[in-house]
Amino acid sequence: MSTTSGKYEVVIGLEVHAQMATDTKIFCGCSTKFGSGPNSQTCPVCIGMPGVLPVLNRKAVEFAIRTGIATNCTISPYSRFARKNYFYPDLPKGYQVSQYELPICEHGSIEIVVDGETKTIGITRIHMEEDAGKNIHEGSGSYSFVDLNRTGVPLMEIVSEPDLRSPQEAAAYMKKLRTILRYLGVCDGNMDQGSLRCDANVSIRPVGQKEFGTRTELKNINSFRFVEKALEYEIKRQIKVTEEGGRVIQETRLWDSAANVTQSMRSKEEAHDYRYFPEPDLVPIVTPKEWIDEIRSSLPELPDDKRHRFISDYGLPEYDADLLTSERSTADWYEEAVKAGGQPKAVSNWMMGELMRLLNEENRSIEDCLVKPGLLADMLKLMDSGTISGKIAKTVFEEMYRSGKDASVIVKEKGLVQISDTGALETAIDEVIAANPSETERFRGGDEKLMGFFVGQVMKATKGKANPGMVNELLKKKLQG
Amino acid sequence: MNLHQLTIAELRRLLDNREVRPQEILDDIYKRIGDVEGKVNAYITLTKEKAYEMAHQAEEAIIENRASLLTGIPVAIKDNLCTKGIETTCASKILKGFVPPYESTVTTRLTEQGYMIVGKANMDEFAMGSSTENSGFHTTSNPWDLERVPGGSSGGSAAAVAADECIAAVGSDTGGSIRQPASLCGVVGLKPTYGRVSRFGLVAFASSLDQIGPLTKDVTDSAIMLSAMAGHDPMDSTSAPVEVPDYAKALGQEIKGLRIGIPKEYFVEGMDKEVDASVRTAIKKLESLGAVIEEVSLPHTGYATATYYILATSEASSNLARYDGVKYGFRAEGKDLMEMYMNTRAQGFGPEVKRRIMLGTYALSAGYYDAYYKKGQQARTLIKRDFDNAFEKVDVIVTPTSPSPAFKMGEKTTDPLQMYLSDIFTISVNLAGIPAISLPCGLTSNGLPIGLQVMGKHFDEETILRVAYAYEQSTDWHVRRASL
Repeated sequence: MSTTSGKYEVVIGLEVHAQMATDTKIFCGCSTKFGSGPNSQTCPVCIGMPGVLPVLNRKAVEFAIRTGIATNCTISPYSRFARKNYFYPDLPKGYQVSQYELPICEHGSIEIVVDGETKTIGITRIHMEEDAGKNIHEGSGSYSFVDLNRTGVPLMEIVSEPDLRSPQEAAAYMKKLRTILRYLGVCDGNMDQGSLRCDANVSIRPVGQKEFGTRTELKNINSFRFVEKALEYEIKRQIKVTEEGGRVIQETRLWDSAANVTQSMRSKEEAHDYRYFPEPDLVPIVTPKEWIDEIRSSLPELPDDKRHRFISDYGLPEYDADLLTSERSTADWYEEAVKAGGQPKAVSNWMMGELMRLLNEENRSIEDCLVKPGLLADMLKLMDSGTISGKIAKTVFEEMYRSGKDASVIVKEKGLVQISDTGALETAIDEVIAANPSETERFRGGDEKLMGFFVGQVMKATKGKANPGMVNELLKKKLQG
Repeated sequence: MNLHQLTIAELRRLLDNREVRPQEILDDIYKRIGDVEGKVNAYITLTKEKAYEMAHQAEEAIIENRASLLTGIPVAIKDNLCTKGIETTCASKILKGFVPPYESTVTTRLTEQGYMIVGKANMDEFAMGSSTENSGFHTTSNPWDLERVPGGSSGGSAAAVAADECIAAVGSDTGGSIRQPASLCGVVGLKPTYGRVSRFGLVAFASSLDQIGPLTKDVTDSAIMLSAMAGHDPMDSTSAPVEVPDYAKALGQEIKGLRIGIPKEYFVEGMDKEVDASVRTAIKKLESLGAVIEEVSLPHTGYATATYYILATSEASSNLARYDGVKYGFRAEGKDLMEMYMNTRAQGFGPEVKRRIMLGTYALSAGYYDAYYKKGQQARTLIKRDFDNAFEKVDVIVTPTSPSPAFKMGEKTTDPLQMYLSDIFTISVNLAGIPAISLPCGLTSNGLPIGLQVMGKHFDEETILRVAYAYEQSTDWHVRRASL
């Protein structure tokens, strides 16, 4: 789908919920670890017993500020929490402590690249809030279960401006945000475990029209693929409704990933009145400039800066730089390999090719793979010096990946040193020529296509270790001679 | 010796001199309770077993010479403070059977000071009321006249002190809930500065107004209790990291030259004549002690009650949302979740609590927020400013605590607005967050106590205690006892 769908322009804004990677919850000391037994990580504060009070986790504020700085936001010197009131079994207090009027970060932006074009997407605000628990519908009884381990896990809600114009842009924005959050170490970005979730506001309008169309809000979008699919479905649906002379109504719709459709959840009239008001149990958050400066100076190099540096410092194409900087660990691995003497473009090729392929096969992360950057650099040196051929290098690399051994050790153990000895090669070539008299005659008769056959035979005879350049040269000499 | 008639300070001497054992004090208190509780009904739960355990520990501490402020002193706790292992109901059916697995900071501190818990005192449900008639369980009588109310919401705490069913009590004050019952029962009640005492473990009514404080037989005991309770608590972000002075030291300093403000808005028509006369006589007494009396104005006083009933109910509507029948307390049956919620809340809450939840929900609703809640916040700022301005001229402000003495049971229950007006002199203090104390300053012709209120600057409990003590020592109202 392009930026416009025929005569309609698509307008999308995303609300991304990111679980902060703090060790403890936002208002109590309970662990935030994922996957523990139901209700094992709870206390009177997070389950909202009578008389208990919240105490703000300073780390959560720091993480929100880090994110705000990295997304070019203004950090509010004075910000406060508010209560969002509604009844739901997974919300033990009957209200969620969130931010409303005075969020911690506002007026930011990030850049995305789609089809080679760079676009700036505005960020309206980032605010902190506590996560709710989880209702579990299991068994055949007429009741459900509630797990409150997630209750009180700190969240950031990152709200974009309605600047996105296609599902692809939305997915790119979401990916970029994830990359930034992971760089900052403020969110693990794990969508399967719900660490990163997203709601989308989407509307269409005739091309050229200034006013926004009526929007619907899509909930429950929990993967990059679903971001695109859900939006594509919803846009088609809105266009269909409009084309058929109907009107899109303002409502909340739920993405059903099994049926690949969005379904109406509640209309505007049924929307909750959350009755926000300032949370009286918490004092306003005052963020002194010195603290913000301190956090700013502790930020790592951000993905965009790194990408630009990779292009200018290492002469990498944009594509390579983009891919290598999408994860901080990948970028760090790359730079270490280059520092260890690997030629920048060669390192990039090996990483994007062989290394990524092997990692993907095993679904393994670069941090816990056995090949270390120095090993790749050493292997590239063996190639440069002619000790091994490019073909052999693939075998060596795979063995390095499995065992973590040095390339030179593998080469020695497996006897993979390239044969560049003229005498040894000449003997092999003589044998091949002697064994294939008719092909030799045809070649000499002008059938030069047979050159490949001869090279193949020599390589076979030398178990692939022959220096290909030399084999070519010597063969030509011998066959023509 | 009638130990139950003594004060904390008097018992302290006897205990420290080993003239009396903590167990003997408890024996006497529970005997007294056996004698009069049938008439007064001050308690919801008696905690005799726990009290004797604490008495044992208190005795050990005394023998080992590590007695503290309250070692061996029997104290009643309002039933909205969470006490670990002891049922805490807020006088509400909805919390019937709720036994907290944690202890409030205040009772933790009292425990560290060696107190003995006598029982959990009756109150208006969720501290909403001015007569203790809103208790979900039973009403409490005023020890001075059993047909009259003890005030509220800390009516059980005030009546227990006035009836000598404890030596001191702890209450909470959101709009006058310590001072008004103290006034009606002829005891001393102190509402500290907002943030002076931790609210952790106090079941919230209106978080930005609630504050815990002592009810005692005299001002000295009030100072002792405050010293034991006050101070910053990392568990309560709204508790202030402000140093706590030794309040007992403030007592006994003379008040010569001290400037006392009398706000003209607090001496209004319609006020009970005897209350008016007693308070004016008390002001004369203060003047005779060397204080300088000045008229001051608190021009926004007239907005206080309306402001309070918007802000307090707004917060309450949210604070009380957690009582949904799911995790603790009372649960009604229902054919689905929504019906269970509705039945639980319909059957669990009393009429006044429901009224306030509805008021607050309305005030916070989309379309009404600006007209009510927001306006209320603005009015609150103006009321605060009134006090800031007045305190530039004077050191304390003196007023009546309640416009009338104790009223008859049932007299105001059918007219919530009349009931709300019982608090017109106490509410502004909570809105401004300042400290205030109520102490006895007279009796009506039919023998009902009258209270004098002394308000102070933020975190200046010392000066109000000093003024209260000076007045108390020059009169004998504090030694008068209800005859039961």
